[in-house]
Amino acid sequence: MGTFHDNLGALHGITVVVELTDGGVIVGRCHEATDEQVLLHDADVHHEADGELSRADYLKRAAQWGVFAKHKSLRVAGDQVTQITPLGQIEAN
Amino acid sequence: MPYPEEMCAPMRAELTQIGFEELRAADDVAQFMDGATGSAMILFNSVCGCAAGNARPAVALAIGNEQKPDRVATVFAGQDVEATEKVRSYFPDVPPSSPSIVLMKDGQITHYVPRHMIEGRDPQTIANALVGAFAELAGTGEAAAEK
Repeated sequence: MGTFHDNLGALHGITVVVELTDGGVIVGRCHEATDEQVLLHDADVHHEADGELSRADYLKRAAQWGVFAKHKSLRVAGDQVTQITPLGQIEAN
Repeated sequence: MPYPEEMCAPMRAELTQIGFEELRAADDVAQFMDGATGSAMILFNSVCGCAAGNARPAVALAIGNEQKPDRVATVFAGQDVEATEKVRSYFPDVPPSSPSIVLMKDGQITHYVPRHMIEGRDPQTIANALVGAFAELAGTGEAAAEK
């Protein structure tokens, strides 16, 4: 169950992992996910090359603790997205 | 920006009526946290739907269990900003999240249930996880038994 804004899709209000075509991942609270775009709030972006953590370790940590949001809002074009998964479905261990 | 208090009052009462101490100011938090001994639970309350539908009902179910933390408290994220920041200052490595639930022993965090573990889960499922954590805090849970 997300929130009561049914017109914004099933993922509205849910914290999700957005996997990107360039190998990066974004964790944030989904406002809207359509074929055209994904709009996230309180989001953090991880690219393996930039961070000290591997993508797998980053996601494990995110699944256990959440993330420190670095972006109040973040809009991603739909053609850059390969998959969207609720963070609550990611194994923390 | 905080929501009108008349809207939030029932959300506060839902918790205080079942025994949660409400931490509305930084001083309240300091009094609760500093020199704390024993077990405690803090719920970061929120105006959002997953606080109403999942988090508050879950903690209500959980504290109905015989084994529960010595003290239970709540702070209202987005409403009592100073108090919320003060609680978070005790756990600087934990990303802010609301609603969320912190369990502590002797002032140290032992379990954390961030928002994404509350979203989409029914209250009973969350409560069952909390009750398991209460048992671990008391040294009677499965994880404690394995040690």
